[in-house]
Amino acid sequence: MKYLLVEDNAELAQAVTSRLRLDGHSVDHASKIADAVGFAQAGEYDLILLDIMLPDGDGRTFLKQHRAAMNDTPVIVLTARSQVSDRISMLDLGADDYVTKPFDHAELEARCRAVLRRKNGSARSVLQVGDVEFDAVGGQLHVKGQPVELRNRELRLFELLINARGQVFSKQKLVDRLFSYDDDVSENAVEVYIGRLRKHLDGSDVQIKTLRGLGYRLDHDG
Amino acid sequence: MTAEVNARGSLRTRLALILTGGAAVLAVILYVAVRALSAQIAQQGQDNVLAASMSSILDSAVIRDGQVSLDFPYSSLSMLTTDADDRVFYAIREDGQLLSGYGDLEVPDAMPEGQIFTTSVMGGDPVRVATGARRLIAADGQRTVSVSVAQTQDALSNTLNGISRNVAVLGLGFFALATALATWAASDTSAQLRRLTTSVTRRGPQDLSPVARPVPSEMVPLVGSLNTFMSRLDHTLTQSEDFIAEAAHRIRTPLATVRSHAEATLQRVDRPDNRTALLSMVRAIDESSRAAGQLLDHAMVTFRAENLERVEVDIAALLAELVQRMTPIADMKDIRLELRASGSAHLLGDPILLQNAFRNLIDNALKYAPAETVVEIEVGDNSGVFVSVLDNGPGFDLDEIETLSGRFVRGRDTGNKVGSGLGLTIAQAVTEAHGGQMTLGNREGGGACALVQF
Repeated sequence: MKYLLVEDNAELAQAVTSRLRLDGHSVDHASKIADAVGFAQAGEYDLILLDIMLPDGDGRTFLKQHRAAMNDTPVIVLTARSQVSDRISMLDLGADDYVTKPFDHAELEARCRAVLRRKNGSARSVLQVGDVEFDAVGGQLHVKGQPVELRNRELRLFELLINARGQVFSKQKLVDRLFSYDDDVSENAVEVYIGRLRKHLDGSDVQIKTLRGLGYRLDHDG
Repeated sequence: MTAEVNARGSLRTRLALILTGGAAVLAVILYVAVRALSAQIAQQGQDNVLAASMSSILDSAVIRDGQVSLDFPYSSLSMLTTDADDRVFYAIREDGQLLSGYGDLEVPDAMPEGQIFTTSVMGGDPVRVATGARRLIAADGQRTVSVSVAQTQDALSNTLNGISRNVAVLGLGFFALATALATWAASDTSAQLRRLTTSVTRRGPQDLSPVARPVPSEMVPLVGSLNTFMSRLDHTLTQSEDFIAEAAHRIRTPLATVRSHAEATLQRVDRPDNRTALLSMVRAIDESSRAAGQLLDHAMVTFRAENLERVEVDIAALLAELVQRMTPIADMKDIRLELRASGSAHLLGDPILLQNAFRNLIDNALKYAPAETVVEIEVGDNSGVFVSVLDNGPGFDLDEIETLSGRFVRGRDTGNKVGSGLGLTIAQAVTEAHGGQMTLGNREGGGACALVQF
């Protein structure tokens, strides 16, 4: 996925950018409305993350221009405002969703996923590994041509593993990515989800290996 | 918020009283004037007939054989006949000596060739007297003959009474009409004020725009001051809202930065004690940002609940939107939000407040419900709109259920869940502002149930 992040706080922008890159997305960063307009015209973005208070104006101005230019790239507003009326006015201006700062990265990710699924049903990038077909946006998995129903956490876990094939993930890392920090979960909870994924992948040439003491890795035989 | 206004008297009553009082005075003056005028005219009529009678008697006076002799026609007195059978008196005197008639008729000393009208009393009744005199030349000198003709005034007073009655009726009618006009004028004037009042009181608490409808010129200064006052208030409110938004921005942006860094670091750190430190950092950030948000929300709820805006709200549609908005968060825990609407549920209220209240209830359910369960939201109208949020979590501790909606009160078994202790307070305040009731309880077979009834 290609993201445009419009945020004037350099520190926050850097943190969000590095986190999105960690998930395998490419990110352009603009710190002013003027820059953002230029980026949005030049590049094809899948999603725009927009801060509201910017040095050269209100993010809502950008939103208005963006929609007036018939650009239908989905926009998620990052706002520190908590007034409901503010949020409603942003949705009225054509924002697709909003997250309130400080946001849980997992929540941002979940909202991005939901918006992308709602917005562009057709233009999807489907990942093909062996006899497994995976559509991360649509949340669809086909194993040997057969559709498999995935729950949200299974989906996120599988996305993580398949995007970094051959890389080992410790249980701890997986817990961090799957659960929010106020959930009291033990590392064993991950085993449940790994178990379910293995069942879904049964008979396929894609497998999840356990490396004792290290973690898990998704492998493709052949 | 609404201060007692010191009211004294009513503009409308005062105006009506002044106009009616004026009309009453005018009616009395009309009555008196018409009556006096008609009395004068009637008196003149009687005087003319009396004078004619008196003259015709006086004209018949001649000197015959050295004696004064009067031979007046019958018509001289019959012309005085009236419907009311007024009595007629006369007195004829020669040089002050009574020749004929009633000696007790009081008469003035008449000058020759003149007419005098007087009012006197005969037999207890008032009479009008016309007196005239003539000088006759006889062989032995001249003699003065005076004639007085008097008539009681029964017919006259009958006529006057008739006229008085008519004038009284006319005056009363005039008064009644004037009273009606006064009432109309008073209510029309006060209606102008009332219309202005209605157009101001009907506004929602957010509407601080100037009064645009035309008003009478006398009210322009009042409306002008009102407009100035409202624009100042609007300015102040906007400023404080902007201030809150700006403050939230200033606090939350650095919090967001710290949180993102902490989260990113957590991905790279493996040592358990470092991880614990980072985790508690993230939790502390979440706690403080949530508390900041909830405090702002709570302030907003308190402010809006006092000036409740009432519009028709489709609760089922509002919940549907809310559920759609919260689904991504529920998805993260593999919790399904299920909205069950039975029939339509409409309510007069403030949609922003109601949304806030329901969001807090659903938030709570999501926080405590275990993964891969269903949070059910029911809405319907069962002699009053109701909304219930049901989860499969541990439920409420029955001992502390009464205190949970207090400010900053949190349950004992909240573990590591991030919360401010204001969610249920907000939901409760919103429900009560809409005249509803919030009941917390546990479901049979486990799980919490929050029921809101309006």
